Amino acid sequence: MELEKFSYDNKIVKQFAYATIIWGLIGMTVGLLAALQLVFPVLNFNTSFTTFGRIRPLHTNAVIFAFVGNGIFMGVYYSLQRLCKARMFNDTLSKIHFWGWQLIILSAVLTLPLGLTTGKEYAELEWPIDIAITLIWVVFGWNMFGTIIKRRERHLYVAIWFYIATFVTVAVLHIVNSFELPVSMFKSYSWYAGVQDALVQWWYGHNAVAFFLTTPYLGLMYYFIPKAANRPVYSYRLSIIHFWALIFLYIWAGPHHLLYTSLPDWAQSLGVVFSIMLIAPSWGGMINGLLTLRGAWDKVREDVVLKFLVVAVTAYGMATFEGPMLSLKNVNAIAHFTDWIVAHVHVGALGWNGFLTFGILYWLIPKMFRTELYSKKLANWHFWLGTLGILFYAIPLYWAGFMQSLMWKEFTEEGLLKYPNFLETVVQIMPMYMARSIGGVLYLTGVIIMTYNIFKTVKKGDFLANEEAEAAPLMKTYEAHGKEHWHRVIERRPIQLMILSLVVILIGGVIEMVPTFLIQSNVPTIASVKPYTPLELQGRDIYVREGCYTCHSQMIRPFRSETARYGEYSKAGEFVYDHPFQWGSKRTGPDLHRIGGKYPDSWHFNHMLDPTTMSPGSIMPSYTWLFDNDLDTGSTPAKIRAMITLGVPYEKGFDQVANDSLMNQSDRIAANLKKDGIETLSTKEIVALIAYLQRMGTDIKGENKK
Amino acid sequence: MKFINYLESIAGIAIYPMISLFIFFVFFTLLVIYVIKADKAHIKELENMPLDNSSN
Repeated sequence: MELEKFSYDNKIVKQFAYATIIWGLIGMTVGLLAALQLVFPVLNFNTSFTTFGRIRPLHTNAVIFAFVGNGIFMGVYYSLQRLCKARMFNDTLSKIHFWGWQLIILSAVLTLPLGLTTGKEYAELEWPIDIAITLIWVVFGWNMFGTIIKRRERHLYVAIWFYIATFVTVAVLHIVNSFELPVSMFKSYSWYAGVQDALVQWWYGHNAVAFFLTTPYLGLMYYFIPKAANRPVYSYRLSIIHFWALIFLYIWAGPHHLLYTSLPDWAQSLGVVFSIMLIAPSWGGMINGLLTLRGAWDKVREDVVLKFLVVAVTAYGMATFEGPMLSLKNVNAIAHFTDWIVAHVHVGALGWNGFLTFGILYWLIPKMFRTELYSKKLANWHFWLGTLGILFYAIPLYWAGFMQSLMWKEFTEEGLLKYPNFLETVVQIMPMYMARSIGGVLYLTGVIIMTYNIFKTVKKGDFLANEEAEAAPLMKTYEAHGKEHWHRVIERRPIQLMILSLVVILIGGVIEMVPTFLIQSNVPTIASVKPYTPLELQGRDIYVREGCYTCHSQMIRPFRSETARYGEYSKAGEFVYDHPFQWGSKRTGPDLHRIGGKYPDSWHFNHMLDPTTMSPGSIMPSYTWLFDNDLDTGSTPAKIRAMITLGVPYEKGFDQVANDSLMNQSDRIAANLKKDGIETLSTKEIVALIAYLQRMGTDIKGENKK
Repeated sequence: MKFINYLESIAGIAIYPMISLFIFFVFFTLLVIYVIKADKAHIKELENMPLDNSSN
């Protein structure tokens, strides 16, 4: 048969590779800054743009969507072309995809420090950017499917299945979780409220881990480990089961982020069961990756690429064993809200995603530049610094998490909390925070060395922008040898594969979420829970803007240790007007759900101005700008109208008089502060924030007294 | 209009979990049977796909 000549597009791969490195450096540096801010609060620099609450979302978004995101596209654009024996479908689409994605990242870098955020973890970007992400994602899918359809290879290798599942699932997750009602150009409210918002968010959040940090990288593993080791994957049969089991199970596991919260019990149990089952496909994948190197372990000693890949897959195995364990309710009771979780995700991010990316880069760059790596020695240095970095990062945080949790739960013989002051438990773990920062420095140093090494390699190399190849075109009709099996039919039909993956993931999502939306009794309403006043609503938006949820939860779990410390445990019905929910996932500071009425207004005033005056040793930043900025009351009517649209029962026409009510309440708070000798204008943002803090969790306080 | 209202209109929603369990079970049973019975030569061809793309 006549062979067709064509060329592989290496330029787009190179661009994504450079973007991966650059955003990796930036994202990790920002992460290091966030880590150091916990040890040296002065590094918050006393400006709104650089406080922890805004820096931390910048770090997570940069690492997930910029570093790993570009890493995915780099690997997919390289391997897909070769596995399909075809050039990418359209060079212009590739370009739009590349530049569009970088623009999205750039807009995140600008908006997040400005406090423009939806307040939902890993989905903080505001609605215009959400739309841009959707469009660019479609471009990526279009380009990918175009390539797959014009391929010259009949069957779709398992890596491509993972890419397809990634594309379709991330699209669904992003769209469902981003349902939001715009109030202005850069402010929107989540369509969902309270418990429902939490469920959707963690269905999204967990599956962002599954389908952005895991499945695409498993696809890369299935391509690049065989490539680097020059031997086929250990068991292709296992990879088939691995694929289907993983995407079947993963989508259900989200509720394990909400154990012991106000989420209905059945949903929590569902999350636990599926999380435990996830060990099987995850370890199946890990074993498949590692055993690919069976009989070639001597190569691992020599080849730095393989070293990175082996540690990456091992880290994947550790994180995916730990994940199901953490989703057991008894373990979760200890680990949740602590640094244990931070350690857990970093084993995944630094080990699995980071090391797999580095391994691929060290393999790919010399290949595309037709040269040898500039320095194997430096690459080895990177390997050891990175490995040590992971250990120095994770071990202190495991220790910190475990220790702090036990301190939170410890009672004296008299039955009182042994450490009633939350701050005591923070002070204890400061050395571990310091050690973790050292881990971060080591890891980042390794990445800087890699950047230098790759820069030198690029310098001495000769880039091959278009790699010539030839292959026979596909025949129109396919002649099967003997009887055809149903699965083999799917194996060569990308669209059917996509639809089947879509069905598979939708089942889990629908069953998890529909009942919560459907059955009213799942979220019992509480008569005394009333909508926020306009001032409280504005204060709540400030709370969201400053990223308070990055350090404070609003979810008191039904444990004696928590009700003794914070008060009555949180009920689902208390959050029905919370667009978005602000339960949080980490307690660097104490829970705030029952903060309302606990301290006088003046305490909050002084505390926000300089936390150390009220809590000596506190690592919370100062929020001085709240005392200078005037509250934007112009937005009040639009915000009230948006809330009415979302079903919050304000009276008709309330939007017109909302600001009167707002002024009234702020004058009262200012007068109250004056009694304690504090002079402030009632128009300042701090007054709104105090109003919100004093309201929080008070709705059912009266009921309990009865 | 709240989002709930759209979902409430789905009739017979209670049967969904049963259907999904059924699909899940049947799918994986068939998958395992396929994987075990799959043709050796075919599997060999598939697993070598990343390796043989020099210029063939």
